[in-house]
Amino acid sequence: MTSTREETGTRVCRLADIEVEGGVVALVDGEAVAVLRTYDDEVFAVSNYDPVGRASVLSRGIIGTRQIDGVDVPFVASPLHKQGYDLRTGVCLDDPDTRIPTYAARVSADGDVWVGAKELHEPECD
Amino acid sequence: MMAHLRHRLVVVGHGMVGHRFVQAAIERGLTETHDIVVLGEEPRAAYDRVALTSYFEVGDDALSLLPLGAYDDPRVELRLESEVVAMDAVEQTVTLADGETLAYDQLVLATGAAPFVPPIEGRDLPGCFVYRTIEDLEAIREAAEGARVGAVIGGGLLGLEAAKALSDLGLETHVVEMAPRLMAVQVDDAGGATLRRHVEDLGLRVHTGATTTAVLGDDHVTGLGLEDAEPIAADVVVFSAGIRPRDALARAAGLDLAERGGVLVDEQGRSTNHPTVWAIGECAAPGGRMYGLVAPGYTMAEVAVDALLGGSGAFTGADMSTKLKLMGVDVASFGDAFATTPDSLELVFSDAVAGIYKKLVVSDDGTRLLGGILVGDATAYGLLRPMVATDTNPGIPLPANPEELILPASRGGGTGGVVLPDEAQVCSCNDVTKGQITAAVADGGTCDSPGCVTACTAAGATCGSCKPLVKSIVEDYFTAQGRSVDRSLCEHFALTRQELFEVVAIHQYTSFDQIVAGHGRGRGCDVCKPVVASILATQLNGHVLEGANRTLQDTNDAYLANIQRNGTYSVVPRIPGGEITPEKLVVIGEVARDFGLYTKITGGQRIDLFGARVEELPLIWRRLVDAGFESGHAYGKSLRTVKSCVGSTWCRYGVQDSVQLAIDLELRYRGLRSPHKLKGGVSGCARECAEARSKDFGVIATEKGWNLYVGGNGGATPAHARLLAGDLDTETLVRYLDRFLMYYIRTADRLQRTAPWVDSLDGGLDRVREVVVDDALGLGAELEAAMATHVGGYFDEWKATIEDPDKLARFVSFVNAPDVPDPHISFRDERGQAVPEDSAGPVLLGATIPVGAP
Ligand code: SRM
Ligand SMILES: Cc1cc2nc3c(=O)[nH]c(=O)nc-3n(C[C@H](O)[C@H](O)[C@H](O)COP(=O)(O)OP(=O)(O)OC[C@H]3O[C@@H](n4cnc5c(N)ncnc54)[C@H](O)[C@@H]3O)c2cc1C
Ligand code: SF4
Ligand code: FES
Repeated sequence: MTSTREETGTRVCRLADIEVEGGVVALVDGEAVAVLRTYDDEVFAVSNYDPVGRASVLSRGIIGTRQIDGVDVPFVASPLHKQGYDLRTGVCLDDPDTRIPTYAARVSADGDVWVGAKELHEPECD
Repeated sequence: MMAHLRHRLVVVGHGMVGHRFVQAAIERGLTETHDIVVLGEEPRAAYDRVALTSYFEVGDDALSLLPLGAYDDPRVELRLESEVVAMDAVEQTVTLADGETLAYDQLVLATGAAPFVPPIEGRDLPGCFVYRTIEDLEAIREAAEGARVGAVIGGGLLGLEAAKALSDLGLETHVVEMAPRLMAVQVDDAGGATLRRHVEDLGLRVHTGATTTAVLGDDHVTGLGLEDAEPIAADVVVFSAGIRPRDALARAAGLDLAERGGVLVDEQGRSTNHPTVWAIGECAAPGGRMYGLVAPGYTMAEVAVDALLGGSGAFTGADMSTKLKLMGVDVASFGDAFATTPDSLELVFSDAVAGIYKKLVVSDDGTRLLGGILVGDATAYGLLRPMVATDTNPGIPLPANPEELILPASRGGGTGGVVLPDEAQVCSCNDVTKGQITAAVADGGTCDSPGCVTACTAAGATCGSCKPLVKSIVEDYFTAQGRSVDRSLCEHFALTRQELFEVVAIHQYTSFDQIVAGHGRGRGCDVCKPVVASILATQLNGHVLEGANRTLQDTNDAYLANIQRNGTYSVVPRIPGGEITPEKLVVIGEVARDFGLYTKITGGQRIDLFGARVEELPLIWRRLVDAGFESGHAYGKSLRTVKSCVGSTWCRYGVQDSVQLAIDLELRYRGLRSPHKLKGGVSGCARECAEARSKDFGVIATEKGWNLYVGGNGGATPAHARLLAGDLDTETLVRYLDRFLMYYIRTADRLQRTAPWVDSLDGGLDRVREVVVDDALGLGAELEAAMATHVGGYFDEWKATIEDPDKLARFVSFVNAPDVPDPHISFRDERGQAVPEDSAGPVLLGATIPVGAP
């Protein structure tokens, strides 16, 4: 069941439905998932729930980069209290002990955005 | 009078010191036992005579020390236009001009001083004036109408003030001084010469060592006759040849007087031969000496009240140090300025080109500072004052090379906060030491800038004369620590907001991509993106949700509403000036009821509707817009509200229509994006029911027009707005406001309200006045044009949003399930309204809900 989903996942919208450096919230297997698009058209999916502000809002945050060890890390800032979350790992950049779930996400050749299952382990960064 | 009855205390003279006496009497409870009758000769209550020269600029309301014309203590009776013509110290009575006689138990003379008019021929001719009261200035202004040339007799502090007034009135102005230099009392020859050059650069003609022999003219002044010099033609003459204590009443009543005049009193202010009579201020001569400054007068007033309450306070002389800005020229004189101390040495720095003269008087062994004179640049005053040694106070030991204290930084000197020991008092107004200031910025401390130090320690918060020193102490400290004040916005931009604003304006950028490509790095963050959004909004006047700039908007702007803790939003329709029709009130009520919104009256005279789901916002606003409402911008760093009081329309005290002005201003500046939120207020009279002075801009009605106050703030560090200009007609008021707001928007830091912004400017409020009122930078027209563009380009963001499907697309619960409401949001009932329920964590919707692509 889960496995099949991982291959297919859920088609949530078209890439064009997400603004560059913007986000949408999608309902995936009953969960609220923030689907966020970076400047270079990469799409990331993380839980929409802000564990600090305790509300389902992350898709409405500002998206940008924070430089960490020379790398520009794509991140979203919570609209409530501005904690930043690494879009690749879900780790909170202001409190490494806090982490939000991430989901596999991809854009198909014809421009559909797919969200897969929750990523339980460190994602092999694509 | 019998003991069980209340005593009557009569105060003669309602000037600066008389007023301070009454204030202290009320505060300290003297009115519990005494009824106070104050008899003032002038037609108006006490006003700030020290600032008399600004009268033409700001008007009398602004100068008044008692704007309501009465004390709010029923046991104090203030009678104006009542001159006391006689006193009887034995019968204990005073007689008024109209013959009325009043008995007193205690009599306080606060009659001040009068200008000295030398007994020369022609002194009474029409066209001759003195410079002491508002009436004097009124008369001078009138006479200046038809006149061309003015002459001031006396080149002292007051004479130069009068001369400035005359040249401001457009007269060719001469200053005639008998002594060989200007301000002979405060500065030496070299200082006087430097001062003279400054004054002449301003177009005034200075004649020193010139004795006036007569005022020429038959039925009106035509000029001045001078001793062995050509006469000066003039049609207005102002006498400013010193002052004399007004001690005539006391003299006639047989009170002891000092030999150079003034009521002779002891250290508490009590007449030396009539203990029920007191004298304070310029009419008094404690220990035989009179003081021509207000501060000693205030001290005498406090001491006298203390004594009347049985206290033991005493007045033992005053520090006559002076620092003032005369016609934009710094002049300071302190301690033994003329090196009268035996064997004292003088250190002098002077730069004729820059017009700077500085002198230090030091003890023979060079270890103690005795006094000094500063002309042209008095920044060191704050540093030097606390160092001065007197008989009673050892002062602060001088550093090894004292000359550094007056050398310009370029020549090895500096304002030199470093040389001060920690216990040195830097701010005398608020008694803050250097130690406290460095502690505030030290690692443990809370501050990272001079402005913050002023806010936290109050150093520099009153007269401001110590600000340059505070600044240099902080900077010296940082340099010593190898720390520099980093003002860059964030990791993406090494620029301040102001620099960024200029960059965008110069290159006419329209997008974040252009700006970050040209001047930044990375892809920005939640700090720089909203700043860029705000700058672009000010410069382009576009819709904040338009195109690529949408994703720059901060949380609240992004949805044109204020996000709440549970992810819902609040809705605040604009209610200009707080005025609303019953019909519109009903609409708000219906909308709130139909969408189940928590409803509250805000602190901003309008109504906030809380708990709207993101997908409900467009529906709510459709209803509101149809009923004629528009966005209230509660979500924007932009104008919030202009609070009003009911004003002359209804209020029995109102002198102007404050509601109309508040509405006009709110509609003019609505939607204006700025570094931080902006708030205004308009009160219909001096009672200030609109609390206008707690706002970024506050307007208070006067008989003649409006007084404009700026830089007020509530919030974490409250500040009262301060007067920018007075008695303005509405058109001028709006012009100044346009300039003020645009100047703020262009130069303030991110999230810097107007109060800290004004303080952060070199010169503070004076600087703002130079730019906004005097148009010193010649920016006025440009700033007004920028505001005109904003006003012309305004449209309602919410109306435009609900009419644009693209913009509406984002207002959904789920992109792939628009009709499924967010299950994380739930409410409970409190006091009959819906309030957020705390969230237990992420919610998983039963897989039963059909999920598919749109
Ligand atoms: C609703 C209201 C409280 C109320 O129930 O009365 C309110 C609510 C908020 N205030 Fe306020 N303030 C409200 C009047 C005030 C006032 C009083 C006034 O305006 O007369 C003040 C003090 C006056 C002043 O601003 O100088 C005030 C000083 C602040 C501050 C501190 C500002 C400062 O300079 O220190 C903040 C924090 C900030 O802006 O950084 C703030 C921030 C906020 C925010 C916007 C915080 C946020 O971003 O969510 C609150 C949400 C508003 C919302 O959800 O609609 N609010 N706030 C008032 C709305 C007024 C309006 O109609 O627009
Ligand atoms: C242009 C100007 C600039 C100045 N600049 C400074 C400055 O920079 N720093 C500084 O420290 N000082 C300055 N001063 C001096 C300062 O104003 C005075 O020291 C201060 O006003 C003294 O207060 P006072 O109450 O003793 O006298 P006043 O303020 O003159 O008050 C005396 C009042 O008593 C009234 N009165 C007199 N006789 C009678 C009577 N018989 N019956 C009823 N009422 C009577 C008078 O009408 C007057 O209103 C300046 C003065 C002027 C004119
Ligand atoms: S401030 Fe306004 S309401 Fe208050 S007394 Fe004056 S006019 Fe009346
Ligand atoms: S000396 Fe610091 S404010 Fe006046």
